[in-house]
Amino acid sequence: MLLLVEQILNGLQFGLLLFLLAAGLTLVFGIMDLVNLAHGSLYMMGAYFAATFVAWTGNFLLGCALALGATLLLGIALEFIALRHLYGRDHLDHVLATFGLILFFNEAVRLIWGPAGLALPLPAWLTVPVQLVPGIYYPAYRLAIIVVALLVALLLYLGVMRTRIGMLIRAGASNREMIGALGINIKLLYTLVFGLGAALAGLAGLMQAPILTVQIGMGENILILAFVVIVIGGIGSIRGAFLAAILVGLIDTLGRAFLPNLLRQILSGAAASTAAPALSSMLIYLLMAIVLVVRPEGLFPANRR
Amino acid sequence: MADPLLRVDNLVRRFGGIVATDHVSLDVGDREIHAIIGPNGAGKTTLISQLTGHLVPHGGTIRLAGRDISRLPAWRRSALGLARSFQITSLLSDFTAADNVALAAQAHHGHSFRFLANARKEKGLRDAAHAALERVGLASRADVPVARLSHGEQRELELAVALATRPQILLLDEPMAGLGATESARMVKLLGDLRREVSIVLVEHDMEAVFALADRISVLVYGRIIASGVPDAIRQNDEVKRAYLGDQHVVTRNG
Amino acid sequence: MNASLNVRNVVTGLVVAGLVLLPVYSALSGNVFVLTLFTRIVILALAAASLNLIMGYGGMMSFGHAAYLGIGGYAVGMLAQEGIGSGFVQLPVALAASALFALVIGALSLRTRGVYFIMITLAFAQMAYYVASGLARYGGDDGLTIYKRSDFAGLLNLSNRVQFYYLCLACLLGVVFLIWRIVNSRFGLVVQGLRSNEQRMQAIGFPAKRYRLVCFVIAGTMCGLAGALLANNTDFVSPAVMYWTRSGDLMVMVILGGMGTLFGPVIGAVVYLLLEEFLSQLTEYWAIIMGPLLLLIVLFGRGGIMGLLGRLKRG
Repeated sequence: MLLLVEQILNGLQFGLLLFLLAAGLTLVFGIMDLVNLAHGSLYMMGAYFAATFVAWTGNFLLGCALALGATLLLGIALEFIALRHLYGRDHLDHVLATFGLILFFNEAVRLIWGPAGLALPLPAWLTVPVQLVPGIYYPAYRLAIIVVALLVALLLYLGVMRTRIGMLIRAGASNREMIGALGINIKLLYTLVFGLGAALAGLAGLMQAPILTVQIGMGENILILAFVVIVIGGIGSIRGAFLAAILVGLIDTLGRAFLPNLLRQILSGAAASTAAPALSSMLIYLLMAIVLVVRPEGLFPANRR
Repeated sequence: MADPLLRVDNLVRRFGGIVATDHVSLDVGDREIHAIIGPNGAGKTTLISQLTGHLVPHGGTIRLAGRDISRLPAWRRSALGLARSFQITSLLSDFTAADNVALAAQAHHGHSFRFLANARKEKGLRDAAHAALERVGLASRADVPVARLSHGEQRELELAVALATRPQILLLDEPMAGLGATESARMVKLLGDLRREVSIVLVEHDMEAVFALADRISVLVYGRIIASGVPDAIRQNDEVKRAYLGDQHVVTRNG
Repeated sequence: MNASLNVRNVVTGLVVAGLVLLPVYSALSGNVFVLTLFTRIVILALAAASLNLIMGYGGMMSFGHAAYLGIGGYAVGMLAQEGIGSGFVQLPVALAASALFALVIGALSLRTRGVYFIMITLAFAQMAYYVASGLARYGGDDGLTIYKRSDFAGLLNLSNRVQFYYLCLACLLGVVFLIWRIVNSRFGLVVQGLRSNEQRMQAIGFPAKRYRLVCFVIAGTMCGLAGALLANNTDFVSPAVMYWTRSGDLMVMVILGGMGTLFGPVIGAVVYLLLEEFLSQLTEYWAIIMGPLLLLIVLFGRGGIMGLLGRLKRG
């Protein structure tokens, strides 16, 4: 029972992290029609910046805040220098160009920080277990991730739904030409949106850093999952990304935790141990396959243009 | 009276809150030219798209030679003898004129899961393509890439492509659009000749052409058919006059 | 095929001649490394050619093509591990497995278009990567060593470098020839037409999905062949061969060479892999140059190398 609650919370936490990543990706795609594979690289940079700044300043929160800022600036610089030239071009061009950026970032990181990964130790006050209900404890840090991610999700929702800028973003997502015709500075809007996406990716990266190792290529692994989330949720839909991310996070975590045991009940010991890890990793892709068969446009698609 | 070749009953199509096709009924007989006219935004292309299978109706039926095709995909309707030309020219721009027509013929000459023989050397297809191009007057431009054809030639090619599928009925969406005087006249003559072989549903703005060709005319305004009958009757119909002389204006042939 | 004497055809002829004569050069100069390098290049050129079939001619931007390199390779590796060393069994299994995977993945992925399709093919290939990583019995993450190359019972000795090279080259040229016939056949014209204007093709009577799926399966099977050859070449197969960046490499080779041309992917593979080899000798951090280079190619190079050659006038 304890294990189940813990795994559910882990799944939730992972899902929320995926949401942060997917939200940035889907925003950028929805508004600027840009497929950005280097989004994972921004996630990685967030983690590397955090590990570095926390080590420099000796203060966890300050280091993270600096890392967030640095990733935001990096994102804006990236948009300004390289990515804005890709607007309006074929998606394939985006894929290739941003693929080139991934190679560049991975090598640059290797050059600067070396091939071995980094560790980001947590301050003592975040490592204590928090008592949620009598008898059930959960690590403070993971709880913090959940809280922060939910807060960000809420802010994002309010920002997109209730403010003028958010209105522009939503309008831009459904009708790009109109926005330009309204005399809004499109270039600035795009840069800001990209910066926001970068910040979300960086936040996800730095929050994940203490839990997983900070290493080269960490962005690519999770980027695929973000894609799966977007496909399941529906491209361009933040709400879809949120729900799909939670779903994916839960299924992946719970699947990895409980599937091996379940399999051992059904199959022989040897078969189960061979099949279990493979099947666990396949779960979300199976989910994606099912969604594709039943609802190819995603479970919660945004309004069509 | 024999079963009409194409029969549309109470067709309905909505887009959000708008009813783009509002209980439209019409029929087209064998070797008849039935024109559909109406002001811009009346829903003519939406109607054609439902007839050809690119759009699914929300209500009503479409029958081709007595068979219900309302929910069949476009490619199946083509196999049943329904061919279409597009309002905005839609051709295979990387291919030559002959290739375009030959592909249309290929779709109706056996299956296409043949992987080794060179299709461009298939005499049957090339001959059929040539015949269709000859028909519309493009035989001399057969090996020109589509991108290099003039707008008028592309409209004619659209017609050739449609003909190569050996249709029973042609759905033409503004075939005259953008044609000059000589080209329009040629198109009118061509369509008149074709009437002896296929039925035609003609969506057009060019009133001279419409009244010269049509056996019957239906007038579509805001998704509804407000009048349907022989050209003379339509010409004298008050409602029609109001629809056109009101705040809509009739587009005639371009200069 | 137009056999006129233009720059493109001359360059193509030279490249093919070079590939055919390579073992002679290797024997004469005593440079064995160049032979093993080019064996790898030829195999990946085959993979790139198969990708070009669906990308360049079919308009399907698959970002998961490297999965078939893995499937073909693991078919050989797993069978070898289980004691089945005969190439006459391994090869058909590799091809069949690739075809089956392509059939299932294609049927699912082709329900989508554009960027969705790219993401989904990427995701499924990565799934294959994870599944392979999880197969502890067959090496998992560390990969699987293949102790004996595919045995063709005296017909061919794959351990002989020269014989193996010519086998790979023959497969490459055979596949390119096959692709040539396919794209000009009825089937090929339909697939190209679908790339050009799907709406028009549906209107004249072609159901899009089934043609695309068959094309997808053919390409996947061809790449499975490359995978089987690759496993033999390295005497090793691991999940890394399916990692999504490998699919990206294949895409780059196709685009660099000239998408939708017959020999473009071959030339693209040769150039890309030679460049990679050359740069990695220069600096350990060669990817830092390769990355922005890719970016520039995308932004400014239209039609790849073949496109460039086509724009050069003779004389």
